[in-house]
Amino acid sequence: MPHVANIAVSILFDGLAYAMFLFITSVGLSVTMGLMNFVNLAHGAFAMAGGYIVVTLTRTLGIDFVPSLIIASVLVGLISIPFERGLYRRLYKATDLEQVLLTIGLAFMAIATFTYFYGPIPKSVPLPNWLQGDINLGFRAFPSYRAFLIVLGVILIAVLWYVFERTNIGAKIRAAVDNRRMAESVGINVDRLFTLTFAVGSGLAALGGGLAIQLFGLTPYFAVLYLVLFLIVVAVGGLGSLKGTLLAALVLGVFDTAGKYLFADAGGFFIYAVTVVVLLIKPAGFYGRE
Amino acid sequence: MAVSDTMTAPAKPAASREQAANFLIKRHRFHAAEALPWLFAIAVYFIFPDRMTFGSQVLVMIMFALSLDLILGYAGIVTLGHAAFFGIGAYTVGLGAAKLGWTEPISGLFAAAIVAGLVGFITGWFLLRYRGLTLLMLTLATAIMLQEAGNLRSDISGGYDGLPGLTFDPLFGKFDYDLYGHTYYIYALVALAVVFYVVRRIVYSPFGAALTGIRENVRRMHAIGSPVHRRLVTVYTIAAAIAGVAGALFTQTNAYVTLTVFDFDNSAKVMVMLILGGTGRLYGAFLGAAVYMILEDHLSKMSPTFWQFGIGLLLVLAVLFARRGLMGLIEDAGRYIAKRRQP
Amino acid sequence: MTAALQVEGLNRNFGALHVTRDVNLTLERGARRALIGPNGAGKTTLINLITGVLRPSSGRVLLNGDDITATSQALRARRGLARTFQINQLFRGLTVLENIVMTIGERDGENNNLWRPAGAKRSVIDEALDHLESLRLVDDALRLVRELPYGRQRLVEIAMALAQKPRVLLLDEPAAGVPSSESHLILDVVASLDPDIAVLIIEHDMDVVFRFAKEITVLVQGAVFTQGTPDEIMTNAEVRAVYLGEDGHTATQKAGQRGSHHG
Repeated sequence: MPHVANIAVSILFDGLAYAMFLFITSVGLSVTMGLMNFVNLAHGAFAMAGGYIVVTLTRTLGIDFVPSLIIASVLVGLISIPFERGLYRRLYKATDLEQVLLTIGLAFMAIATFTYFYGPIPKSVPLPNWLQGDINLGFRAFPSYRAFLIVLGVILIAVLWYVFERTNIGAKIRAAVDNRRMAESVGINVDRLFTLTFAVGSGLAALGGGLAIQLFGLTPYFAVLYLVLFLIVVAVGGLGSLKGTLLAALVLGVFDTAGKYLFADAGGFFIYAVTVVVLLIKPAGFYGRE
Repeated sequence: MAVSDTMTAPAKPAASREQAANFLIKRHRFHAAEALPWLFAIAVYFIFPDRMTFGSQVLVMIMFALSLDLILGYAGIVTLGHAAFFGIGAYTVGLGAAKLGWTEPISGLFAAAIVAGLVGFITGWFLLRYRGLTLLMLTLATAIMLQEAGNLRSDISGGYDGLPGLTFDPLFGKFDYDLYGHTYYIYALVALAVVFYVVRRIVYSPFGAALTGIRENVRRMHAIGSPVHRRLVTVYTIAAAIAGVAGALFTQTNAYVTLTVFDFDNSAKVMVMLILGGTGRLYGAFLGAAVYMILEDHLSKMSPTFWQFGIGLLLVLAVLFARRGLMGLIEDAGRYIAKRRQP
Repeated sequence: MTAALQVEGLNRNFGALHVTRDVNLTLERGARRALIGPNGAGKTTLINLITGVLRPSSGRVLLNGDDITATSQALRARRGLARTFQINQLFRGLTVLENIVMTIGERDGENNNLWRPAGAKRSVIDEALDHLESLRLVDDALRLVRELPYGRQRLVEIAMALAQKPRVLLLDEPAAGVPSSESHLILDVVASLDPDIAVLIIEHDMDVVFRFAKEITVLVQGAVFTQGTPDEIMTNAEVRAVYLGEDGHTATQKAGQRGSHHG
């Protein structure tokens, strides 16, 4: 392949994989923030927890990578329920600042706890053979892991889209995001809906965390390092919007990858510059409501 | 200041009027209790002469927290990028000393205030049209971009290794930096006193009242004709300038500056200090910064992990049970004691 | 003589929803006009359009002859347009006195001063106390607004609007939410407003309307249904049908009769 085209394909491919990771991890945050107007800065901690559970399952218990991902997601999803019920629920009426502080506090506690049990050294995870190396598509080879990430992402997007647009539950969520009081007055139990959405969102975050290990390595600081990214994706996409999160993940994922490929050191700039530009023009994000 | 419940019996209108007027007229006067933090700071100079460098850092942080209190505590604006102004001030002085030979300390403070204030004015003018998550993200992204820009030109900024070995002229040509940092402690304390006086006057001025109005009910402010955006940009500029002075002091007292001054960690840290101390109460910045720094100094040396856990836990508890911070608890205690005293 | 407030062809759409239709309204100096209409007629929306909370889709708003359609809410307020909200919008954490001082401070430009202590200008405090006195709120001057009973809070809401020394005053259901034992306080105030101020009041209580209003505008589904003096409105059968409390059955019958008339 000609050199330029090769680079372009690499950027698209890696950008797409990165975007899938961003989407999977951030979509839960977007829906819960849109639904309950709750700023949850501990979201990154749930992702990190998922990652560490995968590490323990694969390394200590010898379970395969993919089943570990599923187990970790379900576990974190379940664990998140008492958090929501017992703690977050108290602060739905609180100010943004209070929500920010409480959840940052939780994130710090999580980081400290995981540092205590796992230590600060980056962890890796053993991958099954079929996820290692490259797959050859004829015109060129692509890293299998990232291909897996893309395929998984597409499947999840399809599933989520179906649930959101075609099921009863999805309709209820969309209604509640749109106008909570109206939804309540038509008999939708928004509280229970929120617990469910929060659990699924946290489970997805855990999945993202598990997937991220191979891409970025896992340290306890994952919780806050990548939190900024998740918040950016959510803000740029628009709270409570599946479409928005996806579009934002794609735009930011590809731009960031392109920036890093083409401009090496200055690459980190792009994702933030894009964020500022988008938010200045559309403060509620691509598909947010004013 | 909450109003006492002693106005239960209806007084004659004239007496009520005078009482009401006096409340407002005397509001800004110095209370005796306000001397405490300053006496304490001076006492520290004599009691802990070997901890002067640490003391200076505490004073720097108090100034930083004060600047944040203006926008967060009084105007009610939540941002995540306040460290940017601290960093700008720090680097104005650092680069001035390293590259331009500008080593006079006091003029350095003014330069830092002007540069940081200017950046605050420009960014504030654009960004303060937004609120909530949008503003959080915009301020965060701006601060990170500044840091990335500094990293890009690490040939100038020294990157994360920073600009070491900066030297500054003796103050007023006479008082030199001594190994134990005595001079610089006094220097920082005087700077803090001046800044504090300015902030206090602003807070008790009609402008300061307007900030509280914006925080309490911005809709109402629009409806009574308040130029809200202009007010916010003004206070943001002033806060940025003060944060810049704090950063400049940081560089001068450490004789060293690195890009870590722009870290999100710094923005979060100063917010935590302010919340712990209590927002919108001026002295909350003193209490919060001092308590935080002292705790950090002791606990994080024992175990950084426990310190981090402790701070997280403290935050959670503060939000759940002590929303107005330590100052709030002190005020509650004072009110409780006053009530017990009444027959 | 230029009208104090003039609304010309005001329209507002939310997508396909046409909430304000081609509204024309004039308030002369000293006007006492009531704006009535069934729930959802768009009365508060109209107030929001006049004050600048909302921008119109088309049409103009003129204050003392000046076109203010493109100006901000705050600028309109500084030019003499004051309003009260249907639900109190006060500074609940501040004292009653501070609420009024804040208003005067904005009006006079005092609040641009960063240096002088807020209590140093005695004239501002005195004027605020005068306003409180005229509404018999002086005893509550140092109480936090959130500690007051709702009726007295509503009085503070009105006091704030009056402290702006407005030329045009828009009152959005001033007695709403006030227990009937306290509503006379509000009504007394409304009845004794400065005769020079042009006043538009949204109100549901017809007794209040007929006592206070010299003119009435009836708003139905965002459009002006009819305007006239209280007597004219009182005897207008269609208004009665649409609004004044005929039961639904009779109203439909009447509508049907009208239909067959034109049939």
